[in-house]
Amino acid sequence: MRHLLSTKTLSRDEAIQILDVTEDMAATQQREVKKLPTLRGKTVVNLFFEDSTRTRISFEAAAKRLSADVISFATKGSSVSKGESLQDTAQTLEAIGADVIVLRHSMSGAPAVLAESGWISASVLNAGDGTHEHPTQALLDAFTLRRRIHGDASRGRGLDGVRVLIVGDILHSRVARSNLWLLSVLGAEVTLVGPPTLIPFGIEAWPATVSYDLDEAIATVRPDAVMMLRVQRERMNAAFFPSEREYAGLWGLSAARFAALPETAVVMHPGPMNRGFEISSAAADSSRSTVLEQVTAGVSTRMAALYLTATGGAA
Amino acid sequence: MTEYLLRAAQLTDGRRADIVIKDGIIESIGSESGASGATVIDADGLLAMPGLVDLHTHLRQPGGEGAETVLSGSRAAAAGGYTAVNAMANTSPVADTASVVEQVQALGDAAGYVTVRPIGAVTKGLAGEHLADIGGMARSRARVRVFSDDGLCVSDALLMRRALEYIKTFGGVLAQHAQEPRLTEGAQLNEGPMSAELGLAGWPAVAEEAIIARDVLLAQHTGARLHICHVSTAGSVEVLRWAKSRGIAVTAEVTPHHLLLTDRLAGGYDARYKVNPPLRSDSDVEAVRAGLADGTIDIVATDHAPHSADAKHCEWDAAANGMVGLESALRVVHEAMVGTGLLDWAGVERVMSVAPARIGDVRGHGHPIAVGSPAEIVLYDPSSRADFAVVDLAGKSTNSPYLGRSLPGSVLATFHGGRPTVLDGAIVDLETGPTNA
Repeated sequence: MRHLLSTKTLSRDEAIQILDVTEDMAATQQREVKKLPTLRGKTVVNLFFEDSTRTRISFEAAAKRLSADVISFATKGSSVSKGESLQDTAQTLEAIGADVIVLRHSMSGAPAVLAESGWISASVLNAGDGTHEHPTQALLDAFTLRRRIHGDASRGRGLDGVRVLIVGDILHSRVARSNLWLLSVLGAEVTLVGPPTLIPFGIEAWPATVSYDLDEAIATVRPDAVMMLRVQRERMNAAFFPSEREYAGLWGLSAARFAALPETAVVMHPGPMNRGFEISSAAADSSRSTVLEQVTAGVSTRMAALYLTATGGAA
Repeated sequence: MTEYLLRAAQLTDGRRADIVIKDGIIESIGSESGASGATVIDADGLLAMPGLVDLHTHLRQPGGEGAETVLSGSRAAAAGGYTAVNAMANTSPVADTASVVEQVQALGDAAGYVTVRPIGAVTKGLAGEHLADIGGMARSRARVRVFSDDGLCVSDALLMRRALEYIKTFGGVLAQHAQEPRLTEGAQLNEGPMSAELGLAGWPAVAEEAIIARDVLLAQHTGARLHICHVSTAGSVEVLRWAKSRGIAVTAEVTPHHLLLTDRLAGGYDARYKVNPPLRSDSDVEAVRAGLADGTIDIVATDHAPHSADAKHCEWDAAANGMVGLESALRVVHEAMVGTGLLDWAGVERVMSVAPARIGDVRGHGHPIAVGSPAEIVLYDPSSRADFAVVDLAGKSTNSPYLGRSLPGSVLATFHGGRPTVLDGAIVDLETGPTNA
């Protein structure tokens, strides 16, 4: 795999292979010595044009566990606003000897532009671009869900027939897009839930059902998993919804809604959570919440992604 | 002045004739011996049409000389078969006073490749607050007749009404860039399946259609002339069709790129395909083609918008809007309209020369090829086909969406004011006057 830019372009076999390599990586993390020599001598650059401590330290941990040299380059705002172009920044990192560039950017498509530009020979790993995609988040979510459902028998399996609700700000969510494509290629049935203002225009062809009513969706879909998206409170200032209170009342995973879920349903959240807004503590702290498992899976997933891109491995 | 004989050219009315050009006018059309000492150009198999007239060109000068100058843009125009262009007002400084439009006019005259007609801003600094010096520009040596804030919409309804009324004084026309600003804040791409998938902020069709609907009603109310720039959606075509059926004095243009390209091209985030209004859907392309064919849309205008490589080779959101279009326009219209049987060459002549000259009051242009007409002529070979390439671009910028795409036809010669600006498909190097470039 040369780059990892999106989940939209992954085939089912490729997706399952990445998840299986993630299983391998996760297994090594159970050992006393967690560090592998796999990427010794390789240089991984975390190029973050947008703040994200969680994702950055997850990639850092993953690269270090694979014995890569890690350089973190964080810069706020777009490169353009600083008067330095993406091209100049990337070529500087290339000259330093980067083998993999992990790119986080506020603008959709920046990793694709970098990968296609011919400016660099390094692999590009999308760590979240604008409102486009966040492929490693979706992979770690799928890994977590597959583990919850299939346990030790996960290898080689998809998520066929698994019913998933993705709830919240679909419009601005790269996590929702990456999850939709990946879940769907793995055979899951996805329902997107949120206010019409936060559902993108023009998604009739997406492999998903759309619902504006969370209670109805819970009752009719009987989901195996509910993914709650982080919703920015400031959205109400742009008339996406009237108030935090109303949003929480209609689309938040309250204690009552959590209780209405099927007993086996898991609750997922990419973090950081807005407790009491999109998710109640009753849901977030329950044994059916996978929030911390997702964080752990994040390191294994990123190890797999770094390994596959840096070594050009299959998938 | 040299005399030219264009031998055996095909006219759009079906005639095949020898055309003699002398002293800047068409001296005769018919069968010539060619013994007069004229320079003979073999036009056998070539279409002869009146020189093309662009109502919507960004020449970037003053202020944007890194991307284009009046001279380089004039050469690009000639290469595409144009003999007249109307230069948009969004320069720096903005063309909102007599001195700026006179400067642009003078640069165009000095360059000499095409007639350059400056467009004046509607509002000072394109700020949408106060009327620009409309009378001053209309009465200047540049004799401005087209006024536009293009790049920005005259969105304030009251200001729009006043501008429409005021421009009537000078027999001018207001060319509106129809884009409701609040509905398009941060907009990057046509709002639809592609913008949803790519996570690019949507530019909804309704933001164009709502302004056109408002403005045709204002034009009706004020009895003023309105022109709609770069119509891009099926809904806009419907609104215009309704307005014309009511006798409202509205005209409209469509760009070559909206006749051929769709938003699916944005899939790889290649900013060559970023333009405002954005590339739309297949059904929009079909609708604007039908609108152009049935006269709902009057003309093709290029919206030639040169940008430096830096402004395009970057993140999509950071990239500038616009495409160069002068050099490719006729070939694209050939592909989208003639190749599909929607227009014949007489129709092309109408939408790319006759009608734009009339709308913009561009004197000396847009006259059918006839004895006594000004010698503004393009010779076009409709039988060839080739990939559009960088060598086909004659301006300063290369932000063409057609590079590498197969297009029919080629412009083999352009005559402006009776002398060739393009011969054998190559730009003629004219003795140009001082151009500050």
